[in-house]
Amino acid sequence: MTEGGLSVSIAQHAPIPLDARLTCAAGQMLALVGPSGSGKSTILRTIAGLYAVEQGSISCSGVTWLDTRAKINLDPQSRRIGFVVQNFALFPHLTALQNVMESLVERPYPERERRALDLLARVHLAGLEHRLPAALSGGQQQRVAVARALAREPNVLLLDEPFGAVDRATRERLYRELAELRRDLAMPVILVTHDFDEALLLADQMCMLAHGNVLQVGVPYEVMTRPNSVEVAQLVGLKNVFRAGVTGHVPARNTTLIEWRGRRLEIRLQPEFLPGTQITWTIPQGYVVLHEPGQSAAGELENLVAGVVASLVRLGDNAVCSILIDGPTRPPLFLSLPVHTARRHGIETGKNITVSLLGEGIHLMPPDKRLTADLVMTL
Amino acid sequence: MDWVALKLSLSLAAWTICILLPIGIWLGQILAWRSFRGKALVEALLALPLVLPPTVLGYYLLVAMGGASPVGKLYHDLTGHQMVFSFEGLLIASLLFNLPFAIQPMQRGFEAIPREVRDAAACCGLSRWRTLWRIELPLAWPGILTALVITFAHTLGEFGVVLMVGGSIPGETRTIAIAIYDRVQAFDTAAAGVMSATLLIISLVAIGFAYLATSRLAGRQHD
Repeated sequence: MTEGGLSVSIAQHAPIPLDARLTCAAGQMLALVGPSGSGKSTILRTIAGLYAVEQGSISCSGVTWLDTRAKINLDPQSRRIGFVVQNFALFPHLTALQNVMESLVERPYPERERRALDLLARVHLAGLEHRLPAALSGGQQQRVAVARALAREPNVLLLDEPFGAVDRATRERLYRELAELRRDLAMPVILVTHDFDEALLLADQMCMLAHGNVLQVGVPYEVMTRPNSVEVAQLVGLKNVFRAGVTGHVPARNTTLIEWRGRRLEIRLQPEFLPGTQITWTIPQGYVVLHEPGQSAAGELENLVAGVVASLVRLGDNAVCSILIDGPTRPPLFLSLPVHTARRHGIETGKNITVSLLGEGIHLMPPDKRLTADLVMTL
Repeated sequence: MDWVALKLSLSLAAWTICILLPIGIWLGQILAWRSFRGKALVEALLALPLVLPPTVLGYYLLVAMGGASPVGKLYHDLTGHQMVFSFEGLLIASLLFNLPFAIQPMQRGFEAIPREVRDAAACCGLSRWRTLWRIELPLAWPGILTALVITFAHTLGEFGVVLMVGGSIPGETRTIAIAIYDRVQAFDTAAAGVMSATLLIISLVAIGFAYLATSRLAGRQHD
């Protein structure tokens, strides 16, 4: 583990099953992402020393916080952590300033006040120091909570869905502020969220959790576009998941060939899947692009596929279009495109269109054992 | 007006709330935040004085503290006088029959503190004592204050248990509630009326003060 880093390895059977190993280097932000009940908040509380797991070990900067075998379990006070929770948990009877000053009790009084004022100014709350939490907006309360968490100069900063209780406009401003603040933070930061965009925007690493297990760890964009299993693909919301067979590799062209529903697709070289094996493949919606009629296929790995528009659903400025490639009995292909593009091309239900499956975005995964029977039927 | 009885009642009530305050905080926190085997039984036992007729409670206390009981004997050996029909005996009875009045509002007060807030105190590095002093007591204060006022007023007015355990010894066990009864028995309705009015005013002021203080506290946190 690097200097100042956090290393966690915990396991238990009940009441919440957990089996997680994760590390976070100093100055890095690790996002724990997963559906509700995946154990992400429990992991955070365990790191904080607020929850006792059956077995495991946690160390930070070379100091052991938890080692169930050696019966070491430091209390939250000794771990020196900063913790921001979804509803902020401010002390309701204390002002913003007093809330932050409580975190500084180890320091002499004049210094305590000076530092608390500094911190509040840093999170843009100058002038509101003497307000009680109830007289602050959600975004302002979140800032007080962040200032309070940072006041102790924590070894680790833990953020448990810190943007969950504020409106969307405030959230976007807080994202920017946190991203700015982060540049100065030298400690590991762990962010629990169920919002992939949040992880994509803020985190250096992302850890995908389900049922208390770590499914995949990696750079957020990597995890979201190149999942290592069908389960992760489904959790990150990839809709285009299909079965196919690997037919060969052409290393000279950096290409792997797969056969999908009788057609050949040229994709990014992925030699770990041997020719002749069955695989599952996925393509993020952003790599399915509309092919302009009359335009010739430019470049390699274009994989032109024709189909009929089955539905067009508008979501804000974007639209999601489902295309039936091989008739209504087979699962459709999904394409995301700006609403104005859809309008310009006159895309509507029943229209014949051609799309290009960019081979660079096609990602192979092992066939999911649990889903195999269904997949044979549907994909 | 029996000033001695009033002073005795006020003294009994003051001692009762002083002793029940730390006990109530301690038990109130345990009952509010912890779950353990037999918790329901403990809560039921603590609530018993609410439903038990005062004379029944008084009878058992009389038996338990009497000279023939081990407790009564031990007390007599240590102090040289008997436990029943003494101020000390009355105080012990008062502590027992006030347990639910002191503990339940405090328990509710501590239950109202969100777990996240207590966790935040630990994460801020606050010691157990500082958390109690700076966070938990101020937040549970409406419940604690309610408990103290109700216990105080209830002690002033308690009749059955006091009569059973203490009798009516002037200056030792005759409380104002018993003095009122004595005066009525002696057809001295004027004295009974003055004392009743005094008790009414004290109780009203105490309850009014508690409501005022708790609503101001609540207002301060939600303005």
